[in-house]
Amino acid sequence: MDGFLSMGGYAAYVWSSYGAAALVLVGLLVLSLTGLRRVERTLATLEAAKPRRKREPKVGPVPTASPATETAP
Amino acid sequence: MHRFANPARFLKIANAVLPWAAGLSAVCFVAGLYLGLVASPPDYQQGDTVRIMYIHVPAAWMSMFTYSTMAVAAAAALVWKHPLAEVYAKAAAPLGAGFTALCLLTGSLWGAPMWGTWWVWDARLTSVLVLFFLYLGYMALVDAFDDPARGNKAGNILLLVGAVNVPIIKFSVEWWNTLHQPASVFRLGGPTIAASMLWPLLLMAVAFQSYFFAVVILRIRAGLAARRVQTLRLGQAG
Repeated sequence: MDGFLSMGGYAAYVWSSYGAAALVLVGLLVLSLTGLRRVERTLATLEAAKPRRKREPKVGPVPTASPATETAP
Repeated sequence: MHRFANPARFLKIANAVLPWAAGLSAVCFVAGLYLGLVASPPDYQQGDTVRIMYIHVPAAWMSMFTYSTMAVAAAAALVWKHPLAEVYAKAAAPLGAGFTALCLLTGSLWGAPMWGTWWVWDARLTSVLVLFFLYLGYMALVDAFDDPARGNKAGNILLLVGAVNVPIIKFSVEWWNTLHQPASVFRLGGPTIAASMLWPLLLMAVAFQSYFFAVVILRIRAGLAARRVQTLRLGQAG
């Protein structure tokens, strides 16, 4: 275990690299998730507040009626 | 390809892909970290610093992959005005910048003990630094206009112009004398790297790639929702 942690004397370089990778990857994931939650909440309140109109562009996971042409990868 | 540019259809497929990408990434990270940190041998010349490769090289591959896909999306957005292409480029940019920063940082941490220097202004290192600035410049530019359409257009042109940097990065180690070693995996005649080190490298590469797919899907969902919010707010104001 000591040898594993000391990385042959290069512990500072090896562990900083892996630490930086963890920080960047987890950081971006958390930021992306919180950003998604926030904008979805805003969207939900906006859509609830406003009366339904015709001619709205549909954005969202609305299934279209063409199941025969779609296959999952 | 055009069929998938429909946001609703895209989201349906993306949401089906998301759990698989996230799962694959988690499995490959666990396996790659185990093989990379525990089961693989230290290099006979570089000792344990060779383990930095399992972060550095996948990060470098992803920095170029992400930029290339963003440049293709920029071309699609400029030519066909696909809204999804613009949303994709914006969603991928921070991830690409993160990969590039990681590549530069781990490269320094590897260079310091092995080359005896944290940084040299040679072709490979400088062109990757330029790539990092291209990401930052794109992210600043798309948000610099009051009209998002103009910001996106300016950003897309920057992405296309900057695409010339991608082959420069790839071939910099062959065109110029550099401290950086040439390619040892994707080369004519096959990889020159031992299997015990190739496996953790490839696993980490798949882990990074599927991480990218999972997170970029989340970010595209956020980007599409943000567009919808914008449309609704414009409707309210008018």
